[in-house]
Formats: sequence, C-alpha cells, structure tokens
Amino acid sequence: MTVEIKSEQNIEQAVSDAIERHGNQREELIPILTDVNRTLGFLPAEALEKIGARLRVPRSQLFSVASFYQMLSTKPRGTHVIKFCESAPCHVVGGRQVWEALQESLQLKNGETSQDGKWTLETVSCLGVCAVGPVIVIDDDIYGNLDPKQISEILARYE
Amino acid sequence: MKYFRSHVLVSVDPDCVKRGALEILDALQDELVSQGLIDEVQVLETSRIGDITEAPDMMVYPEAIHYVGLTPDDVPFIVEEHFLKGRIATKFTAPTRVFTDEELSAPTAKEVRVVLRNCGKIDPENIEDYIAEDGYMALAKVLTEMSPEQVIEHIMTSGLRGRGGAGFLTAQKWKFCRATQDWPKYVICNADEGDPGAFMNRRVLEGDPHSVIEGMIIAAYAIGSNQGYIYCRAEYPIAVHTLKIAIQQARDLGFLGADILGTGFSFDLEVRMGAGAFVCGEETALMASIEGKRGEPRPRPPFPAVKGLWNKPSNVNNVETYANVPQIIFNGAEWFASMGTENARGTKTFALAGDGKHTGLIEVPLGITLRDVIFDVGMGIKDDKAFKAVQIGGPAGGFLSTQHLDYPIDYESLRSAGAMMGSGGLVVMDDETCMVDMARFFMEFTQDESCGKCTPCRVGTLRILEILQRICNGEGKPGDIETLETLSSEIKATSLCGLGQGAPNPVITSLMYFRDEYEAHINEKRCPAKVCRALISYEIQKDFCTGCTVCARNCPTNAISGERRQTHLIDPDTCVRCGICMQVCNFNAIVIR
Repeated sequence: MTVEIKSEQNIEQAVSDAIERHGNQREELIPILTDVNRTLGFLPAEALEKIGARLRVPRSQLFSVASFYQMLSTKPRGTHVIKFCESAPCHVVGGRQVWEALQESLQLKNGETSQDGKWTLETVSCLGVCAVGPVIVIDDDIYGNLDPKQISEILARYE
Repeated sequence: MKYFRSHVLVSVDPDCVKRGALEILDALQDELVSQGLIDEVQVLETSRIGDITEAPDMMVYPEAIHYVGLTPDDVPFIVEEHFLKGRIATKFTAPTRVFTDEELSAPTAKEVRVVLRNCGKIDPENIEDYIAEDGYMALAKVLTEMSPEQVIEHIMTSGLRGRGGAGFLTAQKWKFCRATQDWPKYVICNADEGDPGAFMNRRVLEGDPHSVIEGMIIAAYAIGSNQGYIYCRAEYPIAVHTLKIAIQQARDLGFLGADILGTGFSFDLEVRMGAGAFVCGEETALMASIEGKRGEPRPRPPFPAVKGLWNKPSNVNNVETYANVPQIIFNGAEWFASMGTENARGTKTFALAGDGKHTGLIEVPLGITLRDVIFDVGMGIKDDKAFKAVQIGGPAGGFLSTQHLDYPIDYESLRSAGAMMGSGGLVVMDDETCMVDMARFFMEFTQDESCGKCTPCRVGTLRILEILQRICNGEGKPGDIETLETLSSEIKATSLCGLGQGAPNPVITSLMYFRDEYEAHINEKRCPAKVCRALISYEIQKDFCTGCTVCARNCPTNAISGERRQTHLIDPDTCVRCGICMQVCNFNAIVIR
C-alpha cells in the first residue's frame, strides 16, 4: 500500500470528531492533536490549519506543540509503526542486536518510513515492561524477550 | 451488591497480555457461560499476581489458589474441576517448593509492602474492593475530624519525603502552597514516569488507583484546592483507562465532586495525557504541557506553590507520594516513621531491571543496603556472573560499584556517592557491561530528550556524547577525560532544570568509579568488557575448531576462510564483528579478544 493521500473530507472529519470529543479550549490542544494523529496516522498541514482556526491558536504555536512531542508526527508515517524501546534495561539485555536486526531487515534507519509506505521504524522511551526486555511495539502489539532471530518471523505477521 | 461465591483474578498487565492472558480471559468467560456458572463466579482483571515466568496465571478467591502457566486449552478442565466439582486442579497450581534454611530468611523477608499492598490483590476497576481494604477511611477521618493544619502536621510528623526523586518534605510543600494567598489552587499528580526501567507508578496506577486518588483528595483538603489533575504519560494507556474508571466510581459514591461525604468540601479530578516527552516529568514542564503548550521547563523560583498551573498556586507530588498519604493517616504517623531511617522514613518501591536474577517490582524499607536489595531481594546476578555496577536514579542518577554495596539506600547517602534516589529505577549490571558504553548510552538518552531550551543541556550534552562516541570507536585522545570532567561540571552548574543538571551524572560517576575503563579505551585502545566493537576482534581457537564450516557459511561478509576439517581463520579487515559466528559455533571455538 502506498501512503494514503488524506482527502480533505477525512481531515475535516477527524478534526471535527476530536474537537467535539474534547471541546475547543486551548488547554485541550494536546488531546486533540493526539486524536487526529491517531485517526490520520500523522498531522497533515491542512489538519493543523483547521485545528488552529477552530481553537483560535496561531499556526506557529500549533507547530511548536506538534513538533515537540514524540508521539505526534507532522510527516506521513507507514501503515505499521514499529517502536523499539531504547531504554537502558532493554539495552543491557541485548537490545542493540535486536535494533540492528530490525534496521537490517527493514533497510530503514531511526525515524524513516519505507518507500512503499508499509513500515515506519522509530525508537520509543521506556514502556515500563522492562521485565521482558528487549521490547518492540508494532502498532498496538507488544513483543518482549526478543532475540534478533525472531525479527523476520514477527515482521512476516504483518504481511 | 451482587453476590459471587468465587472470584477469579486474571493478571492482564502488558507483560502478561503478551504471554496470552487475554486468550485465557476469553476462554474462561466462554467456559463459565457454557457451564452455567457465570452468575456464581466473577472474573476480574488485575495487574501482576505472580512472577512473569508463571504468566498467564490466575488467582481464585476465597481459597487463594494460584493457577499458573496456563493455556486456553487448560481452562475447561480447571473450570470443571474447581468450580463445578469443587476440587483444586493441582496440576496447574503454583508448585510448592521445599525451602532451604537460607531461602527461608530470603528473598521476600526484607520486603515490606505499603504502597503495593493492594496491587494484584484487589480488582482495580471496582471501588468496593478498595473500600473493603479500609479504602477512603483516611479521607473520612480527615474531613470529619481534622483541620487542614492538623493534616499537614500529621504528615510532617510522619517524615514523608517526595518519592519522585528530589526527596523534598511533602508536608513542607503543602504548607507553602496553603500559605500562598491566591485562588484557585491546584493539586497535581506527576504520573509521567519516564525514567527508563522504572515502572513502579504504572503498577500502582493499574493495580490500586484509588490509593492515589484518596491521597490527592486529602492533599487538596490540606492546601485548600478544589481541582486536581493527574498527568499520566501516553505510553501507559492501561493506567489511564483504569484511572478514568476509578475517578468515575469515586464520583458516583461521593468521594469526588461537590460536597464530599456531606462535609461541604468539594474537589474534582481530571486525567491529562502526555504525548511522549521525557522532560514533562519535570514539574514546570509538566504544568506547561497540561496547559496545552510545549513541555518546556522554566526557571524556579517562582516555585509551583506560588505560581504554578495557569500561574496559580499548585502542589505537585508523584504517584507514590500520594499513595502513601492515606495509610499514614489511617495507621498513624508513628507507624510510618517506625520504618526506614532517621532522615528517610517509610518504604520505597524500586524496579529491578538488567542482569539480576529477579527482575520486577520490589518494595523495601528505606535504609536497606544495596547488597540486600541486589543479592537478597534480587537474588543476585543471572548465570552467576559477577556484579559490576548498579545504575540508580534514572538517567540523572549515577553508577555505583562494588564499593557501595553496603551503602544504605536513603536520599543523603546516595547523593554523597554521586547518585540519587530518583523515582526508583535500579539497573543491575554484570561484569560483561562496558561502563563507557553505558555512559554513552545514557548520554544519548538525555541528548535525545533535551527539550532544547537552554544551551548547556542542548549543546553540552551533545559535546559529551560526541567524545564518548569517539572513545567507544577507538578514537579517544589524551585529554578527553579532562574535557569530559570540565563539561560535566559546567552543564551541572548552569542548566535550567533537573534534566540538564542531572545529565552529566552517569559520566561523572563512571569516571569516578570506573576510570580505568576509560583509560583502557583511550590509551590502550582496549575495551575490558569486550563490548565496544571497534576495540574487539573475533578469533578462532585452533584447538577447538573442527573445521565444520558452519561459521564460514553464516558469515555475512565472507570474512571466514578455511577448508573442511581444517582450522578456519577470520580476516579482521573484512570482519564486521557481528558475532554471528560465535553464536552458531557448536564447539565454542570462537573467542573475543
């Protein structure tokens, strides 16, 4: 699948839904952005513009918030997002080998999205499941106790 | 209230879900329905019950039978045996072990559960379970029998200090906020638990959310606030979900909202989620994030007690601090003060991670030694390797070595050794860990998480990181150690918030206690722990190699040559040091030099 071009309607819908859910107060900005990011996969410039107009927040401020938080993305992302836990407990129990295996099999570096729009590879800070490190999260699925050999088999599940 | 003859608790924390807990839950529901037992047996979702290796598991009350290592196929049998025939399915019960004398005195004897007392025991999504464990009794006492000043005095007597890291006296914070003449005031719970390897707060929020809520209501009464926020990190969706249910239930029963328990005191709570930014655990950044802004810290003073959320007086405590409060009121300040040491009262939860045998959450009285925690509660080092270091206090904490094993864990002792209590992450490292690599690793983390507002943190940590990377790559130069020391002390002195001020600590402490490793990297171009790739080489031992060709066939760069049944050879120039040959060799013929 190639990166889906978000139609004007989709964006309008996502923004309206999020604002309806949280209200149009300035302090609700982060929950609204999180919701839209979740629905659309990222925050297209059109979406930011619409949110800005509805909340009466200047575009500069919107962008400053949207670009600050790790979970918000202003760039298109893949159908499946792989998050690798880069924290110390995972590192100590062999995280580096898993990270290399991931980069090797996807031919992606940190933060990159594959040409075909299928995968995005990124690191994430501690997920709090340190007892089963090294850990990766694909979309909402958590995989723990990983060793590099399992990577290709896990990725194959998302064909 | 509906009556059930049995209650089954199934652990559904993320680790257990990963091991198939949800499938067990589904199978259990289906089987209870088909056996017609669904109205007699209640199935509850809870946080961790036993060891992760036993998951998926479930606990059956009132008998307290722990069934472990289950698959969905086992469920029909257990349901039939236990709930229909009333026999314990011994095949799946946790194995009873014969304990030796040494084991009986350990490993849990040194643990004391105060904050974690209800976790895994009660249903976090049912407020009645919490009430049955004396929940909200402290709140009733506070609202009906005590003045706000008495509450503060009581907490002061207990000696409770902040569990988020800095260890400031909780009652003192409350006092400042109460004294500020401005309104409204806010009570904030810092649940942005971002330290890598620390997940104590997640467990409390997922397993016993009402203890935090009750603590916050009491704090609100003490300082005179009517509105509170729990700021929880977005990486913890289950915690947020549990909290929201708990808040609604507390509202329904009149513990939150207007006129609490008919006393005229009003207070309400809202959960706020972050969006992935470590720095938001810093209190001023956290408040900016609640306001919907970039989570950047600002200089203090003014402290939040004077100008906090929306420039109004605010009290920020962490999850564990609030969770302690109801029990201090309920059991008395003296009870609390009887645990721990002179300057560090009570217990502390720690998350053990890394190379220890036992990883996971523990709760111990403050003042316990590192040795007791690592070798007793934590049962020592995996594969019986040697202990090398422990990293305590998160990315702003420090490394401690064998010489500190008999140090008591309290705020001042740790600080004097260059580490800090932090929120409670303890990463144990064995002798195959390279300390320069670890320091580089932590610096990568802070560099990545630096918000960029102040220069010492933004640029300084990058400079440190570059030097450490060079050293790990075998390009260290004389003078690097001195530069690291200068940079560290300058960043520490001039950064805006705790993140930057603490960032050099891993470097400072590793230089202090493991300087010889830095010197080996720089002067001898050698990594003593054999971790840094540029400084190691793989070698085939002649006496062990059988010439089976497995290594040569698996080498991704064709760096290994040799005829069948002849000793093979690795070409160091082609070798990328991936270690695959060592993994595949059946004769342990390959070693790292």
